[in-house]
Amino acid sequence: MEKITLASQLFQYLITGLTVGSIYAMVAIGFNIIYNVTEIINLAQGEFVVLGGLIMVFFHVAVGLPILIAFPATVIMVTLVGILLDRLAIRPIRQPSVLTLIIATIGASIVIRGIAMIIWGKDPFDLPAFSGRTPINLLGAVIQPQYVWVGGFLLVIVVLLTLFFEKTIIGKAMSACADNPDAASLVGINVKQMISLSFCLSAAIGAVAGIILTPIALMDYNRGAMLAVKGFGAVVLGGLGSFPGAILGGLVLGTIESFGAGLIHSGYKDAFALIALLAVLFIKPSGLLGSVEVTKIKKF
Amino acid sequence: MLQIRKLPLIVFALLIVVFPWIARGVPAIANYPDLMVFAGIYCLITIGLSLLMGYAGQISLGQAAFFGIGAYVSAILTAKYGMNPWICMAIGMVAASIVAVLVGVPSLKLRGHYLAMATLAFGIIVFIIFNEEGEWTGGPDGLIGIPGLNLFGFQFNSVEKYYYLVWFFVFAVFLFTINIIQSRDGRALRAIHVSEAASSATGVNVSRYKIVVFVYSAILASLAGSLYAHYLNFINPSTFDLFFSIKLLIMIALGGMHDIWGAIIGAFLITFLSFEWLHFFEEFEIIVYGLILLVVTIFLPQGLAGIPHMIKNWLRR
Repeated sequence: MEKITLASQLFQYLITGLTVGSIYAMVAIGFNIIYNVTEIINLAQGEFVVLGGLIMVFFHVAVGLPILIAFPATVIMVTLVGILLDRLAIRPIRQPSVLTLIIATIGASIVIRGIAMIIWGKDPFDLPAFSGRTPINLLGAVIQPQYVWVGGFLLVIVVLLTLFFEKTIIGKAMSACADNPDAASLVGINVKQMISLSFCLSAAIGAVAGIILTPIALMDYNRGAMLAVKGFGAVVLGGLGSFPGAILGGLVLGTIESFGAGLIHSGYKDAFALIALLAVLFIKPSGLLGSVEVTKIKKF
Repeated sequence: MLQIRKLPLIVFALLIVVFPWIARGVPAIANYPDLMVFAGIYCLITIGLSLLMGYAGQISLGQAAFFGIGAYVSAILTAKYGMNPWICMAIGMVAASIVAVLVGVPSLKLRGHYLAMATLAFGIIVFIIFNEEGEWTGGPDGLIGIPGLNLFGFQFNSVEKYYYLVWFFVFAVFLFTINIIQSRDGRALRAIHVSEAASSATGVNVSRYKIVVFVYSAILASLAGSLYAHYLNFINPSTFDLFFSIKLLIMIALGGMHDIWGAIIGAFLITFLSFEWLHFFEEFEIIVYGLILLVVTIFLPQGLAGIPHMIKNWLRR
């Protein structure tokens, strides 16, 4: 057996941290997509991840569909939930204020959690890893093949989103809504459709995060709130509204959490990311990559 | 609501005073005074929270943590060190206000709802601390042996006696809060809720007011926590989890955040729903809460307390 050196131990924490951090980054991207178009902080964001994991378990494990079919089917299902969330909880509000919208997303997240509990019960579910569970040895650290998938999917999502926002008309229209909804609607952009689309996109990304996280960390109905808070921590850390910030914030947060749990106290694992969130609010509320002006001008 | 009329307040006070006698005579509601103790404790928290949400336009998702700080300070100092409960209650309130300043100042200096996320994170951290610091808090098993309260030798050792003690606090806080709302400070708070820019232009120190209200709400939650600990003589962390913070939010939204009566109505309804009427739903309870929150935000943005106003407007049309 190989000797476990401190260096390899630290490398192991880094790898684990970056993997979990990729998930937080995806949740953070989801927050930002909706926030940029609507200025809503969608507290049901974590529920998309949970549903992604649990619906994938249903399609892949319970029904037995192959991954290539179960994966897109799951993403479509969760995207539908995202549309429903917009239609049933956000759009009907007659006098929308940031306060009431936040409350509405909390209400929606509780309803989704409750329904998930009734359907799947309280026990956590496992999902087979995409390419087995034979660990890869790298510099003394043990790397699950699934970790590579997680990193790969983050990369794919980033590339696709960049292409979408910069090369397609719809993507540009969404960016326009983010800058100035009134001006966007004056040049003929249907803002309501863009809001719907933002919920679709962020639900889809949440679903992907859930599907690839489940083989690593299992999934149960009650995980949404914590995922949402940590994802939001990544958002604040990177700077509200900034996509590169969300990715950087997520990766940093995951690493902090992994090192904190490994080196300081594993019981406080969930606290480290949140302490980092509070610390950023204290020291640099505009985040690592956000601008001070945005923090002061934006309604949120 | 600018004017708080005296008549409803007097009627309400009389109802509270005679209620235990009525409950004694009706077996079906014999356990209601016990529930009313909890309702009163929750009222203390919701009054502060309604001031924060309805008047300062801010949302706290970590109020359970302040409730827990009060409860644990009281519990640890009385059960482990035998200190006087009333002094511990005061220490808890001081501790809660210091923590509230630390969390509130950075997040309230920014515009918008950073406080919501900061308090959400803070609430979860405190919950983890209650669980992990077993040497002090007893960990997930909790703390037992918290003494009851007494005043100059008078023991609050029955449900009815404690009922009157809790409701005495609720009325004291209620009157004090009404006084704030109707004062110059209350007008400043409402102005902030309508427009921060406008109120700041007319010389209202916006972030200072928001911080003061947040600290006040934390102190009330801590007081409620102390009363809770001395009533049950036992606490464990699960009482102070994130879901309790959300339950408090539901109380405010249901009752109506723009009216201090809303805080009372919401606390009553949710207490009775969760202890008495929702047993029938069991596992579905959580969905019921979510639906309440959604239905109220969509159809009743002013909450139940806004219904008379809605009817008045409707009749006038």
